[in-house]
Amino acid sequence: MLKSLMKSKLFWPIVILVIILLINLFFDRGFFQIEVRNGRLAGSLVDILNRGAPLMLISIGMTLVIATKGIDLGVGSVIALSGAIAATTVADASEGSLAPLFAAIALAIFVCMVAGAWNGFLVSRIGVQPIVATLILMVAGRGVAQLVTQGQITTVYYDPYTFIGGGYLLGLPFSIFIVVAVLLLALFVTRKTAMGLFIESVGSNPEASRLSGINSKNILMMVYIFSGFCAAIGGLILSSNVASADGNNAGLWYELDAILAVVIGGTSLMGGRFYLMGTIIGALIIQSLTTTIYSIGIPPETNMVVKAIVVLIVCLLQSPEFRSKVFGSFKAKKAVESEDDKGVTLS
Amino acid sequence: MKKLFGTKFLVFMMLMLMLVLAACGDAEETEGTGNTDTPETETDTETETDNSSEGEASGDEGASEKLVIGFSQVGAESEWRTANTESMKAAITDAGHELKFSDGQQKQENQIKAIRTFITQKVDAIVFSPVVETGFETVLQEAKDAGIPVFLADRSVDIEDDSLWATFLGSDFVEEGRKAGNWLVEEMADEEGPVNIVELQGTVGSAPANDRKEGFEEIIGDHDKFEIIKSQTGEFTRAKGKEVMEAFLKSDGENIDVLYAHNDDMAIGAIQAIEEYGLKPGEDIIVIGVDAVKGAFEAMAAGKMNVTIECNPLFGPQMVELIEKHVIDGEELEKRIAVEESMYTMDQAEELLPTRKY
Repeated sequence: MLKSLMKSKLFWPIVILVIILLINLFFDRGFFQIEVRNGRLAGSLVDILNRGAPLMLISIGMTLVIATKGIDLGVGSVIALSGAIAATTVADASEGSLAPLFAAIALAIFVCMVAGAWNGFLVSRIGVQPIVATLILMVAGRGVAQLVTQGQITTVYYDPYTFIGGGYLLGLPFSIFIVVAVLLLALFVTRKTAMGLFIESVGSNPEASRLSGINSKNILMMVYIFSGFCAAIGGLILSSNVASADGNNAGLWYELDAILAVVIGGTSLMGGRFYLMGTIIGALIIQSLTTTIYSIGIPPETNMVVKAIVVLIVCLLQSPEFRSKVFGSFKAKKAVESEDDKGVTLS
Repeated sequence: MKKLFGTKFLVFMMLMLMLVLAACGDAEETEGTGNTDTPETETDTETETDNSSEGEASGDEGASEKLVIGFSQVGAESEWRTANTESMKAAITDAGHELKFSDGQQKQENQIKAIRTFITQKVDAIVFSPVVETGFETVLQEAKDAGIPVFLADRSVDIEDDSLWATFLGSDFVEEGRKAGNWLVEEMADEEGPVNIVELQGTVGSAPANDRKEGFEEIIGDHDKFEIIKSQTGEFTRAKGKEVMEAFLKSDGENIDVLYAHNDDMAIGAIQAIEEYGLKPGEDIIVIGVDAVKGAFEAMAAGKMNVTIECNPLFGPQMVELIEKHVIDGEELEKRIAVEESMYTMDQAEELLPTRKY
C-alpha cells in the first residue's frame, strides 16, 4: 500500500510541501490557524493559496505546453500585457457601471489569446523551435505592455476592478475560485475527452501522431492559445490585486517559476505524460517557500540561495535514479543488517 | 478522426495574427523615432558652428554667456527618470543655453558614443548620468584632454581620479535614510516604546537600498526603544511590497508600529495589505516612504501615509547654476554636492497634490 503510494508521481511533491509548511509551524505556532477576520477567512494558508493563484494558473497552461515537448517563455510578458491592457481600459471608467470591467477582462483575454496564437503559429505552422519562438514574445510583449502604459505605472481608481484579485467570495479570496475553475476546465478537457491523449501523443511523437490521424498542428496551436489564456487571467489577478499595472515588473520571471512548478510536479520537459495536480502542488511549493522566507525572517541577501537549495532538493527527490542510488543503497544495507539480526536471534 | 478546426477558423486565426503583426510593426516604429542613439540638437543648428568655437574659448576667458551643453541621460526607465530628463532639458533651454540631448537607452556603448560626439562637437559642458559605475575612464579622459568639464548627474562613477569630472550632483541616499530616522524619532518622542519597525528594502545590492537602510539605522541605533523586527526586500515594486507586508502582518500582526519602505511604491502596496488585514495605515501603523511620487501624496491626502522623504529629480536648475558657476565664472566646485531635498508630511499633502508633476 505504502509502496504504491510512494510510486505515485505526487508523493514526493506532497511530502516536500508538508515539510515546508511544518517548518513554518516550528517558527510560528499560529501558522495553521485560520480565523475569521472582517467576515473573511484569514491565515497564512489562505494567503499562500491567494498569492499562489497567478502562478498556479500560469503553470496549468505551461503544463500542457510542456506536455507537447514545447515551452512558453512568453507568459511573463503576457502577464504584463494583460495587466496593462485591462488597467488602461478601466483607468478612466466611472464607478457606476460594471461594463468597463467586463470590457477590460474580455479585451485583455482576447489580446493575450492572440499572443498565444502567435506563439502557436510560429511553432506549429512555421516550425520555429518553441524556445526561440516564445522568446520573441518574451522580449516584445513587455515592450508592448510598456507602450500601452506609456512607460508609467498606471493606477486604477475604479473599484470593481480590484475584485478580481482582491475580492472575496464566501469568505475566500476570489482568485482561488478562478484557479479552481480553470483547473477543473483543464482537467475536464484533458481527462474526460480525448484531448489529453492527443496532447500526450503529440508530445511523444508528433509525426507518428499525424500519421495516425491526429491534427498535430492544431493541437500545438491550442495549447499555446490556452497558455496565453491562463497568463491573461494571471495577469488580471496580479494587476487587480494592487490596482495598478506595471509594464516593467509585473510577472517578471514568472515563466521560470512556472516551468519550475511543472517540473517539480513531475512532468518531463521531454514531453509526453503530464500531471496537472502535480503542477498545482509544485506551484504551491514555490509559493509556500516564498511566504516562509518572508515570515521566518531570512535576510534578503540569502533569499535566492535558500530557494535554490530547496528546489535542488526537490528536483533530486523527484529523480528516480537519485532515489534508487541513495535510498537503494540504504535499503540494501538495511536488508543485510536485518539478515544479521536474524542470524543473531537464531543463534 | 474528427477534424478539430475548420478552414474558416484557420482563416480567422490568420487574420488575428496579421493584426498582431501590424501592432508589432507600429510598436517598433514609435520606439525608433522616440529614442535615437546619436545626439540630436534640440535648438537651431545654424548657431552651432560659431557658438561652439566661441564656447571653447569662453572656458578660459569666461566671456560668452550662452553655453552649449551636452546631456547624456541613462534612459527613460521610470517616472522619476522622465521627470529628471524634463527638468534638465527645461532648465538648460530656459537659461538660454543650447542643449544637445542623447538618450542612452540603458546602454553604456550608447553613452560613450554620445560623449565622443559631444567632444567632437566641442560643447562647453557635458552633463552625464552614467548607466553603470565603471568603464568610463577612457572617454572621460578624452573629455578632460579636450578641456570640457563633465558634470555627473544623479549617478556617480567608480573612478579613482576625481579630476575627470567637475562635480557630482545627486541625491544623497544616506541622508534620505537619516531624514526618515530623524522624523520618526521626533514623532515618537513622547512614546514609551518599545517601537517595533518593519522595513521593506529595495532591490538587494542597489545603492538606494543599501544607503537608505544605512542612514535610517544610524539614527535609530542611538535610541534603544526602536527595534527593527523584520526587514525584507520588496524589490521596489508595489506587488512585492504588498506580498511581503502581508507575511509580516501574519507573523507579527498588531505588534508592528512603524513601516519604513525604501520607496513609495512599496509603501503603497503595503498600505493595501494593512487595510486588508483590518488595521488603519497611518494610525495603527505609521507609514514612512521615500521618493515623494504622486501616489504617495494621494495616500497621504487620504490619511493613509504619514511622511515621504523627497528624492528630487527636478535638479535641472541647480545643475545649470553649477555649470554656469564653473564654466563662466571659472569657480572650482566641490566634488560631491547633494540635491536640495525636503520632506512632506500628511498635513501638507492635500495642498501640494495638484502641483506634483511626477
